[in-house]
Amino acid sequence: MTGAPDGPPGPGAGKAPPELSDREKRRYSRHILLPQVGLEGQRKLKAARVLVVGTGGLGAPLSLYLAAAGVGLVGLLDFDLVEDSNLQRQIVFGSRDVGRPKTAAARDRLLGLNPDVEIKTHQVRLEAKNAEKIISGYDIVCDGADNFPTRYLVNDVCVFQKKPVVHASIYQFEGQATVFGAPGGPCYRCLYPAPPPPGLAPSCGEGGVVGVLPGILGSLQASEAVKLIVGGAETLAGRLLLFDAWTARFTEVAVDKDPACPVCGGNPVVTEPVDYEGFCGLGGGLEEAGAEPIGADELRHRLEHGPAPQVVDIREPHERALYAFPGSTPVPFGQLVRRMGEFDPARDLVFICKVGRRSVFAIRSLRKAGYQGRAFNLTGGVDDWARVVGGPPVPY
Amino acid sequence: MTVKLSIPAALRGFADGRAQVELEGATLGDLLDGLVGLHPDMGPHLLDENGAPRGYVNFFVDGKNVKGGLGLGTPVGPGQSVALVPAIAGGSRGDG
Repeated sequence: MTGAPDGPPGPGAGKAPPELSDREKRRYSRHILLPQVGLEGQRKLKAARVLVVGTGGLGAPLSLYLAAAGVGLVGLLDFDLVEDSNLQRQIVFGSRDVGRPKTAAARDRLLGLNPDVEIKTHQVRLEAKNAEKIISGYDIVCDGADNFPTRYLVNDVCVFQKKPVVHASIYQFEGQATVFGAPGGPCYRCLYPAPPPPGLAPSCGEGGVVGVLPGILGSLQASEAVKLIVGGAETLAGRLLLFDAWTARFTEVAVDKDPACPVCGGNPVVTEPVDYEGFCGLGGGLEEAGAEPIGADELRHRLEHGPAPQVVDIREPHERALYAFPGSTPVPFGQLVRRMGEFDPARDLVFICKVGRRSVFAIRSLRKAGYQGRAFNLTGGVDDWARVVGGPPVPY
Repeated sequence: MTVKLSIPAALRGFADGRAQVELEGATLGDLLDGLVGLHPDMGPHLLDENGAPRGYVNFFVDGKNVKGGLGLGTPVGPGQSVALVPAIAGGSRGDG
C-alpha cells in the first residue's frame, strides 16, 4: 500500500509548491538527482509542515534529518528540559544544553544545520485542550512520544484531521515503526484499541534504552515522512516493522484496518480528544490496591527501632546495582506472584521501587493473586528514601 | 508438538528474562495456557479476567494478526513463528 497523505502537503495545500533558489538547488542536489524526488519532490518538501511530537531519543535524529532534507516547517513539541541522562541518545543536544528547554535547544541546533527551514517550538505537554489546534498547523505528525496518553491523543486527533502519523516506539533494545492514518490504512487503535490500564503497562518503569536504538527508529521515521511528502513510495502503512538491536533482526507483521476500531471504525466511540491518565501509575490508588502508605521517615524509624517490616525491593537487578537498599529482599516485579510463598503474611511487608508507583502495582498484583498479609507502599520510593537518609541521590 | 513463541523485551521480565519459550499445543490458546502455567506473573498482562486477549497486546502467527481471524483458536504447528507484540510507550525514563 502506498501511503501518500490526503492532498499535497504545505501551508498552501492545493497550490503549487514554492520554487527553489539556486542555493537551495545546490544544497538539495543529491535529492533532486533522484528520479523519485526531483525538483518537484524537493519543492514538496519545502512546502511540507511536519510536527515532531517528543524532542527526545526519536525526535533528535528525526528532526535533524527533516531539517537537513529541507522540510519547510518542522514543529518541535516537548515540555521537558535537557538532562544529563538524555545525552547518551538525544543527539540533537550537547552538554552545554543541559537545563535548557528541549525545544529551544533543538531549534538552535536545527537552524545551525539548515537556516533555510522554519522551526516552530511548542514547549508544552500535548493535551486534549491544545492538541487539535497544534496539530492543525501541520500535514504530517511524527510520534516520538515516551508515554501512552500522548500516543493515543496524537492518534485520535490525526484520525479526526485525516493526517498520517509516522509512528515509532522503543523499549530497551527493541523498536516498532509504522505509518498510521494513511488513506484506507489502519490507525494506532486498530492495532492497540485501548491503552493499558494502570499497572498493566508492561513497558512502564525499568527505564533503559541503548542509545543508538532511537537513532535507528527515528531515522526510519524521517525516511517515512520524506516518502509521504514526496509521494509515490511504498510506506510502512499496513506493516509494523519490528527491530531487535540485540540480535540485529528486522521482522515485519501485518497491521490491518479494524472495522470495529473505536476511533476510525464504522461506529466510533472516541469522537473528541481525551486526556488519559494512569498508564504508568498516575491512576490506581493505594486503597484500591489494598496498600497502606508509609513515608521514608516512618520506615527509617521502624527499621531502627522496630518492629522491623520486611522490605521487598521490586526493582530490576540493574536498578538495584545503581542504588541498593541494604537489607531488602529483592523480588523483581515480574516474579512476585510466583514467589508469593516467600512472604510471611504475619509480618508487615514494605514494597519499594524507584518513585513509589510500580510498588503499588506490585501490591495490587499480589492482592489479585490472593495475598492476605499487610502491605505498605514506600511513598516516593527510593528517590524519597535517598533524600531522607542523606547521601548521594538515586543516580537514575 | 512444540512451538516456539517469542517474548518481547517488554514482557520478558514476567518470563524469567527468556526471549523464547517452547510450548506444547495445537492452538494459540493452548500455547498461552502453557506459558501462563510456567510464568503466572505473565497472565494478567496477556489476557483479561474473561480470558480474552488484552487490547494492547497482539498475537501474530507467521506474521498475521490472529485478531482478524480465529483468535486464540488459531491453529499452530512446528516451524511456525508465534510472536507477542505489546504496545510500547516510548521512551526511556525510569517511570516508577
